[in-house]
Amino acid sequence: MDIDLITNILYAMIRTGTPLLIVALGELVCEKSGVLNLGQEGMMLMGAVIGFIVALTTGSLLLGFLLAMLAGVLMSLIFGLITMELSANQVASGLALTIFGTGLSAFIGSDFVGKPITGLDPVFIAGLTDLPIVGRMLFGQDLVVYLSFLLFGAVYWFINTSRPGLILKAVGENPHAANAIGLPVMKTRYLAIIFGGAMAGLAGGYLSLAYTPLWAENMSAGRGWIALALVVFASWKVGRVLLGAWLFGLASILHLVFQGLGFAVSPNLLAILPYLATVVVLVILSSNQTRSRLVAPMSLGKPFYAKG
Amino acid sequence: MQHTLPPRLTLRGISKQYPGCLANDDIHLDIAAAEIHALLGENGAGKSTLMKVIYGLVKPDQGEILWDGLPIEVKDPAHARQLGIGMVFQHFSLFETLTVTENIALALGNEAGELNALAEKIRAVSEKYGMAINPDREIHTLSVGERQRVEIVRCLVQDIQLLILDEPTSVLTPQEVDTLFITLRQLANEGCSILFISHKLNEVKALCHKATVLRAGQVSGECIPADEDTTSMARLMVGDDTPISTTYPKRQGSTPLLKIIDLNRASPDPFGVDLKHINLTVNAGEIVGIAGVAGNGQEELLASLSGELPCQDERTITFAQTPMGTQPPDQRRQWGLAFVPEERLGRGAVPEMSLTENALLTGFLTGMVSKGMVAWQKAETFADNIIAQYKVKTAGRQAQADSLSGGNLQKFIIGREIMQNPRILIAAHPTWGVDIGAATAIHKALIQLRDQGAAILVVSEDIDELFLISDRIGAICDGALSPIKPTPESSIEQLGRMMAGDFSPSNSNERVNS
Repeated sequence: MDIDLITNILYAMIRTGTPLLIVALGELVCEKSGVLNLGQEGMMLMGAVIGFIVALTTGSLLLGFLLAMLAGVLMSLIFGLITMELSANQVASGLALTIFGTGLSAFIGSDFVGKPITGLDPVFIAGLTDLPIVGRMLFGQDLVVYLSFLLFGAVYWFINTSRPGLILKAVGENPHAANAIGLPVMKTRYLAIIFGGAMAGLAGGYLSLAYTPLWAENMSAGRGWIALALVVFASWKVGRVLLGAWLFGLASILHLVFQGLGFAVSPNLLAILPYLATVVVLVILSSNQTRSRLVAPMSLGKPFYAKG
Repeated sequence: MQHTLPPRLTLRGISKQYPGCLANDDIHLDIAAAEIHALLGENGAGKSTLMKVIYGLVKPDQGEILWDGLPIEVKDPAHARQLGIGMVFQHFSLFETLTVTENIALALGNEAGELNALAEKIRAVSEKYGMAINPDREIHTLSVGERQRVEIVRCLVQDIQLLILDEPTSVLTPQEVDTLFITLRQLANEGCSILFISHKLNEVKALCHKATVLRAGQVSGECIPADEDTTSMARLMVGDDTPISTTYPKRQGSTPLLKIIDLNRASPDPFGVDLKHINLTVNAGEIVGIAGVAGNGQEELLASLSGELPCQDERTITFAQTPMGTQPPDQRRQWGLAFVPEERLGRGAVPEMSLTENALLTGFLTGMVSKGMVAWQKAETFADNIIAQYKVKTAGRQAQADSLSGGNLQKFIIGREIMQNPRILIAAHPTWGVDIGAATAIHKALIQLRDQGAAILVVSEDIDELFLISDRIGAICDGALSPIKPTPESSIEQLGRMMAGDFSPSNSNERVNS
C-alpha cells in the first residue's frame, strides 16, 4: 500500500465520519439529559433537504447550513413538545419523527432531485495541509469538518468540566432528585433536545451541501441510526464518540482499502460492517449488567412528571 | 434580649388541598432559633406536604410563612437554600454515578465554586460534625447511612439556619441514630433550628425540645416531649378510638417448614448485595423476624425465597423437606407459599389492573381458574372479602390498584396472601406506610396465621415491629445473616449491633442449627 492510498483513505475516513460525529454528539448530549430521541434520521433528512433548497435558491451555502440547523431544531421541538408536555413515549415519538421526516423531506424535495449545486470546498491551511499522511486528513478538509473538531472539543469540555454539564448529567441520572434540589429539569431537557436537533440538521446539511452536493430521497441512508448505535458503542463517553465515528467512517469506505490492496470484495458486503460492529458492541455491552447500568444515563427514555 | 426575638420560622394558617384530600388544614407552627422541633404524625397526616411547603416544593393554597418575623414566599428550593433552609429527604436526592463533591456542588448552585476547594470544605465540615465521608467517592459505593451523611453535609456546607430532616432514622441502625442525634444537638447548640419529622415517639422524646402533632392534616396538639410519656403523644397522633399497642404471646415453633442451607449468591445487580452463606430455619407455628438497614441483601434473600431468582442447587431451599431451590415462583406458591414483596406497585400488584384482577393474580390457585377459564364471580367475591375483612379504603373491587393509597394497597396485598391460608408466608415490611390501627390489624392477622401453624418470615426495618410480633429474631448485614435468637433473649441494642454486622459470640451465646 503506498503513501498516497493511505493518505486518501485517512482523508475519506474523516470526511465520511464527520456527519456521524456531528449527529452522535447531538444525540449524546440529548441522551445525557435522559431523553432518547430516535428521530435523528428524520431530522437529518429535513436538514439535508431544507439546506439544499435554500442554498440552491439563494446561492448561499452559509444560509443553507443555518436553515438546515433550524429545520433540525424545529423537528426536535415537535419531539420535545410531544414527549415533555404530553409525556408521550419517547421511543414511539422518536420513531414517528423519523418516519415523518423521511416522508416530508421526500415531498418537499421532489422538485429538486438531481439538481446540481456547487458544494463546500476544502480549505487548505498553509504548511499543515502538506504534512505527510495526516496533512490532508486533518488539514485538507472543508470548514464543517473543522467545525466538527471544535464541536467535539466543546462538547467534551461541556460534559466533563462545566457546571451546566454536571447539571445535564444529574438530570439524566435522576430527574426527581434534580427537581428536589431545584435544578431546572424541563429546561435542561429541552435545551438538550434542541441541541440534538441542531446537530442532526447540520449533519443533514453537510450531506447535501458538502459530502455529495445534491438532494436525493432518503440520502442519509441510515446514518441517523448508526449515530444512535454509536452513542451506545461509545458507552456515552465523548472521547469514544469521536473514535467510533471515525472508525465507522473507515468501515464504510473499506471497499476502497480492499481495492487498493487488490482484493475483490463486494462493496455491499463491506457496507454491512458498521452495522455488524454495532450489533457486536451492543451484545458485549449488554452482556455485563454492571457496566451497562453504570454507563447509561439512568433515567434514559423515562418521562419526568413534576409533582406537587 | 432573646425573648423579644421573633421565631425563626412561623407558619400561619397553612392549607393545601390535593384532589380528594385536604393534606394541610390551617396549620400553625413556630420554630425558635436553636430549637429542635418535632413534627409528629402518622403516614398521611400531612407532614410531608407541610415540609415541602416550607422548602418551596409545594405552594400552599392559603396561609402565611414568616421568616425571622418577616412574611416571605418561598419560591423554590433554591430560594429556600438562600434563606438558609436545608432539607434531608427520606428518599435521598442523590445522583448515584456522581461523586460526593459533584452532588454537593449541584445543590449549591453558583456558590459551589471550584470543586477541589469544595472537597476540602466538605472534609472540614464532615470532620467537625463527626460524619466521616470521602468527597471523592461515587454515591453508589456508599452505604445508606453514609448517603444520609452526604445529604446532611450538603446542607451544612452552606450557612444554615433551619435544617429539615424527613424520617431520618428510618434507614439507620440504633447506634447510627445515636451518632446522628449527637450531631443534631451540636448543630442546635450553634444556633441552628431543626425540624425533625418522625413518627417514632421514643426518638422525639430523646431529642426534641418541642413537638407539633399532626392528625389528618390538622394540628392535633403541641407538647414538650420531655414532659410527656409516649402513650400520651401516641394518643395525639392516632386519636382516641384506635388501640395503640398490644402484646402478643411468644410461641415456639414445631417442625421445620422452611429451610435455607448455605445460600450463596452473587447479586445480578451492580448496586445489589451478594448473599453469603445464609442458613435459616423457620418452623411451623412461629414468626421469624429479620431486621436490617435497607440494601443489606434483603431484596436478594426475598427474591431467592419467592423463586424470582432460583438457586443452583434445589436442596438450598426446602419446604418441609421438599427441595424447592430451583422451582419457579408458581410452583412454590402451588406448594403453599405466599409472598408479600417490598415493592407494592409493580410486584405486589399491577398498577393498572383492578383489585379483582390483582386478587386473581396470586389467588388463582384457590379455585378461581378451572380448565383455563376464569371464574370471575369467585374472584370478585374473594376481592370483596379482602376489602371487607382488612378495611381497605377503596371505591370498590373494580378500582385500579394504583388509585389506592400505599397503606390501603398494603392491607389489600397482605389480605390477599393471608386469606389463601398459606403454609409459609414471607412478608417484606408488612406495615410500612400503614397507619397504627391498620398495622395492628395486620399484626393480629399474622399472629392468627401463626397460631394456625404457618411458618412466617418477616423482613422489616422497623425494629419495634419485629420485637412485637417475632418469636425469634435476627439481622441481615451486607448479605450475611446473624444467628437467630428467641426474641425474649435479645435486646434492641444487641440487634442494633447485629444490624451493623457485629455477629460476635459475645453478642450471642448460641448459633443456629440448620
